[in-house]
Amino acid sequence: MRIRHCGDAMLLVEFEAVIDPLINERVIALAARIRDRRARGIQDVVPGYCTLGVHFDPLHTDLSALERAIEHEARDLGAIEQLPDRAPIEIAVRYGGEWGPDLDAVAAKAGCSPAEVIARHSGRLYRVYMLGFVPGFAYMGRVDPAIVMARHRVPRERVPAGSVGIAGEQTGVYPIESPGGWQLIGRTTATMFDAERTPPNLVGPGDLVRFVAVTDGGA
Amino acid sequence: MTPGSILVLKPGLLTSIQDLGRWGHQAAGVPVAGPMDAFSHRLANQLVANAAGAATLEITLMGPELAFDVDTTIAITGAHFDVWCDDRPVPMATSVPIAAGQRIRFGKRVQGARAYLGVAGGVQAPVVLGSRATHLVSGMGGHEGRALAAGDRVPILAGAGSGATRKAAGLVLPTGGRARVRVVPGPQADWFHADALRTVSGVSFRISPRSNRMGYRLEGPPLARVREGELISEPVGMGAIQVPGAGEPILLMADRQTAGGYPKIGHVISADLPLAGQLAPGEFVEFVTCTRQEAVAALIARERQLLRYSALRDVS
Repeated sequence: MRIRHCGDAMLLVEFEAVIDPLINERVIALAARIRDRRARGIQDVVPGYCTLGVHFDPLHTDLSALERAIEHEARDLGAIEQLPDRAPIEIAVRYGGEWGPDLDAVAAKAGCSPAEVIARHSGRLYRVYMLGFVPGFAYMGRVDPAIVMARHRVPRERVPAGSVGIAGEQTGVYPIESPGGWQLIGRTTATMFDAERTPPNLVGPGDLVRFVAVTDGGA
Repeated sequence: MTPGSILVLKPGLLTSIQDLGRWGHQAAGVPVAGPMDAFSHRLANQLVANAAGAATLEITLMGPELAFDVDTTIAITGAHFDVWCDDRPVPMATSVPIAAGQRIRFGKRVQGARAYLGVAGGVQAPVVLGSRATHLVSGMGGHEGRALAAGDRVPILAGAGSGATRKAAGLVLPTGGRARVRVVPGPQADWFHADALRTVSGVSFRISPRSNRMGYRLEGPPLARVREGELISEPVGMGAIQVPGAGEPILLMADRQTAGGYPKIGHVISADLPLAGQLAPGEFVEFVTCTRQEAVAALIARERQLLRYSALRDVS
């Protein structure tokens, strides 16, 4: 673990630079511990895949005390050697057709049928590594190697809210209509983000997600 | 205090409600937003004796025309515009009483890119996740999550304000369409040739027309990287200078995303971010490196400037 200065108002705590559930679990645990200290000047504690951003007000923060606190809280993170059991959050998805305009192309590229892409995508549990891009957008992994797909070279200008996509080994749901380059294989009616809800995001860092294929009449 | 409102007769190019930002929700992917020039935003609030958390109107390049339906006090800081209250010129960085029925009209922009209109009691808007700041891309906060449009009524409070005149010197704005801002090296400075930071130093970058509140695309000399590829996406802050593999560096501004995967060669220091916020597309930014100690000293000096104005006696 290493603490880096990003300008004068953010620290970045770096773990081993890999996308790994256990590393990510430690990042999330450290985030919770730092938040719980409620130290003066801390504005936001933001977990990434294998990094943790700590935003602070430089005029109201004892920076060396903050660095010591991070080191102290990180001391025994190595003791986290297993992922806790969490109940998966199910997200119902209509795959293909107008809901998933890229499903057939993904199947062609993978050399299988669209039904098999659906089975592979909905057939495993995904970990939410981090949120970003827009409010409530969760980066989840990893997808079945057979259906790993590169992003579109030219992103779509408008991806409808609820669209479920694949980018590389990641999968995710667009919470709001936005531009986007992910391969769209389905759509959900689940509300991924609602500022009036507590918490506003349907899924958070460390959560497990299962996509459930539905046919018309469902979701 | 009875409620009043500002009627938007003409919205200007991009006028939005901003406060100090939506902090504390980046883990859920919620961008911070807030003012591009936080110093001038805060000064506008101080001149009308508002609390630090009050919202102002951020006015971009072309200003609005506004009608007030209650008596109040306003102050305009940041970019210098010719501004009239009916037919009377309005001084910048000065508290000005407004009577119900009067109109504020922004004319020619003289210097700087963004003005802040503070109004006694603060611009009212629903508080979304702890903030009234408008985030344009996600349509969150402010007035229906968007820039103001003609016909909008923005709620304000009537009868607020001390009545006495307050005046401040305000931010020293960029002259000749260029600003020199200080940077400290970024966490991936070693992804670039050793002289890349020197390349950044003292060289002018033009702010591309494809720049906005999320970030400034910078046109200038290429920054040679010694490492290709991207990072695993990581949290980022305002002022980070990201360098995509091919293409223009991007200076992240108020509406930035919460995380990014491009290496960062440096960060604009907090004290100089307001200056960067006063640059318009087509204008130039020049970076000079400094130490973190210098960055904090500069920020303390900025803060003293604000404290001085808050302690300023009302003059009549």
